[in-house]
Amino acid sequence: MSAEVSLGIPEMPAPDYPADVRARLETDAREVIARYPGSRSALLPLLHLVQSEEGYVTRTGIRFCAEMLDLTTAEVTAVATFYTMYRRKPSGDYQVGVCTNTLCAVMGGDAIFDELKQHLGVGNDETTADGKVTLEHIECNAACDYAPVVMVNWEFFDNQTPESAKALVDDLIAGREVRPTRGAPLCGYKETARILAGFPDEREGAVEASGGAGPASLAGLKLHRGEAAGARVVPQRAESPAGEGAGYGPVSPAEHASSHDAPQQSAVSDPDNPAGPVTEEDGE
Amino acid sequence: MTVEPAEKLLAPVLSAFWDDPRSWTLDTYRRHEGYQALTKALAMAPDDVIAYVKDSGLRGRGGAGFPTGMKWQFIPQGDGKPHYLVVNADESEPGTCKDIPLLFANPHSLIEGIVIACWAIRSHHAFIYLRGETVPVLRRLHEAVREAYAAGYLGKNIKGSGFDLELTVHAGAGAYICGEETALLDSLEGRRGQPRLRPPFPAVEGLYACPTVVNNVESIASVPAIINRGKEWFRSMGSEKSPGFTLYSLSGHVARPGQYEGPLGITLRQLLEMGGGMRPGHRLKFWTPGGSSTPMFTDEHLDVPLDYEGVGAAGSMLGTKALQCFDETTCVVRAVTRWTEFYAHESCGKCTPCREGTYWLVQLLRDIEAGKGRPEDLDKLNDIADNINGKSFCALGDGAAAPIFSSLKYFRAEYEEHIAGKGCPFDPARSTAWADKSRTEVNA
Repeated sequence: MSAEVSLGIPEMPAPDYPADVRARLETDAREVIARYPGSRSALLPLLHLVQSEEGYVTRTGIRFCAEMLDLTTAEVTAVATFYTMYRRKPSGDYQVGVCTNTLCAVMGGDAIFDELKQHLGVGNDETTADGKVTLEHIECNAACDYAPVVMVNWEFFDNQTPESAKALVDDLIAGREVRPTRGAPLCGYKETARILAGFPDEREGAVEASGGAGPASLAGLKLHRGEAAGARVVPQRAESPAGEGAGYGPVSPAEHASSHDAPQQSAVSDPDNPAGPVTEEDGE
Repeated sequence: MTVEPAEKLLAPVLSAFWDDPRSWTLDTYRRHEGYQALTKALAMAPDDVIAYVKDSGLRGRGGAGFPTGMKWQFIPQGDGKPHYLVVNADESEPGTCKDIPLLFANPHSLIEGIVIACWAIRSHHAFIYLRGETVPVLRRLHEAVREAYAAGYLGKNIKGSGFDLELTVHAGAGAYICGEETALLDSLEGRRGQPRLRPPFPAVEGLYACPTVVNNVESIASVPAIINRGKEWFRSMGSEKSPGFTLYSLSGHVARPGQYEGPLGITLRQLLEMGGGMRPGHRLKFWTPGGSSTPMFTDEHLDVPLDYEGVGAAGSMLGTKALQCFDETTCVVRAVTRWTEFYAHESCGKCTPCREGTYWLVQLLRDIEAGKGRPEDLDKLNDIADNINGKSFCALGDGAAAPIFSSLKYFRAEYEEHIAGKGCPFDPARSTAWADKSRTEVNA
């Protein structure tokens, strides 16, 4: 955060919400607090709740949380600044997060992030001038089998490319309906924050949107059922005990065409190597 | 030689009906033996349920592999304090992607497991701490909990047993460290997520200083199947010390990434064989057996049995069974630099070795990757990692040291190449998912 350093007279206490907003949020906050044996446990959901009101954690929001939980604003601020999902400045309606942790980065996340920065004309954690899109790079989001992954308002956009990601943000900016690969049709950032505060998504069809499981989640199940190709692995090394003694089928030496002496040589450059793993051998 | 196709080794249990069009609903779950185990468990004495799970040999699926039944047994009984079950659904370890699809497709297996576990440890309030960055899963958990209350599997007098249980779904707010169980408890108490000094362990003083069990999603979700089909059935899979089934997550430069549920002890070679191998024309270079915090392996380790003992004996850890596979186009220095940046970003700052050490590791690694490294930097990397490893409250620092140690062990020459050649010899464009496809395919 590019905070100005303020010296001298401390800031005046934050203003309160307008009375009607305050009354509505208090009702919600009491419902949240009642879910926990200890009221302070409600702090994370309440910070999500104040984001659902203003789109980020304002000083007013911090004051509200402190008053609801009988904490000081310093105690609430300490928590709000620890967690990355709490925004500390006004941001876009759509939070576009590109995973640039190692696996996604290598699989193309870095290229996607660079492309989006250029396309949108913003840097990390910056918002487009129209206030629509905030771009950021994110850490591993538990979807590595769908790499590279982009999250928009924490819905999954799997197996992205620079082209698909550009089309995605163009759609968001143009206000076209956008559907994630896994998750519900996008709602705004504030609506998402309300779900995070613990209030179920009431939109028709939101829970069932995008079906049971994504395709990669079903990879093993489909194989087990004989519904997908069971192709042969590219041989990795010439010598291997192939799971001897573990009760699993050994791998025939004939399948090991490449030499272990050349660990850096790619299979494609090895004339003795069978072409590729995804072949015609269907449904063994 | 007759060789059974590798995919016959698979044994989908938790994932058995994920392809049902409405797999997440109570109706679907009931059609697949759902909540039958609960009836059996509620007819057993709580201590007998603990003993049964202990006898099954189920071990924690969140990384450490601690026996689940033993964790339950540690809860003091008759102490007059409330007991809590907290499910760790903060799945954030780089590479780990099993609990999120499990909860998205089959949330009721977790809820049934929670009710059984709470009956066993005499808890009347359980929590699911879900990482906040997965709203589609949160939506389905909200709905599944609602359905379970409506059907009488949660709430007062569950199925006429006299047992009461409240279940709260709690969304986190973005912090890898909250996957560490004591940091998770602090976070659930509304504080910064920082690990606690142990002892006291959570079983004695956990949530609100009361006896608390913290279990991973997959561990608890596995309990109903064990109760329903029997501990003998469970022990018929895997090995003596690592029995049962588990979810293996294959990702990276493989032909068919995804979830593969099978017995513990399967090998990466077998998984790759059924997953179609590495992507066409490429070969395996390095991989993690259980996320970035587990020391990396190379193609020498394709036949290591992926169970707790097998991976441990080979010098790493089974962890979360997150098999991130990288092919020969991938720069190890780049991969390790990025993981280290992650640990530096996620270090909570409580312990000096981890907070400062990860910072300096990043500085050195960035220099090396950019061709500005010096030969002595490699020993310095090793030295700093050694000063982090085992010297902080929690395992985040150990996790940060693991990729450093293991990559220097197997790929020191590649680091030296960056230093001597004053730059990275790899082209990142060749590693991308679309590198080998034509532009038209990419646009499809």
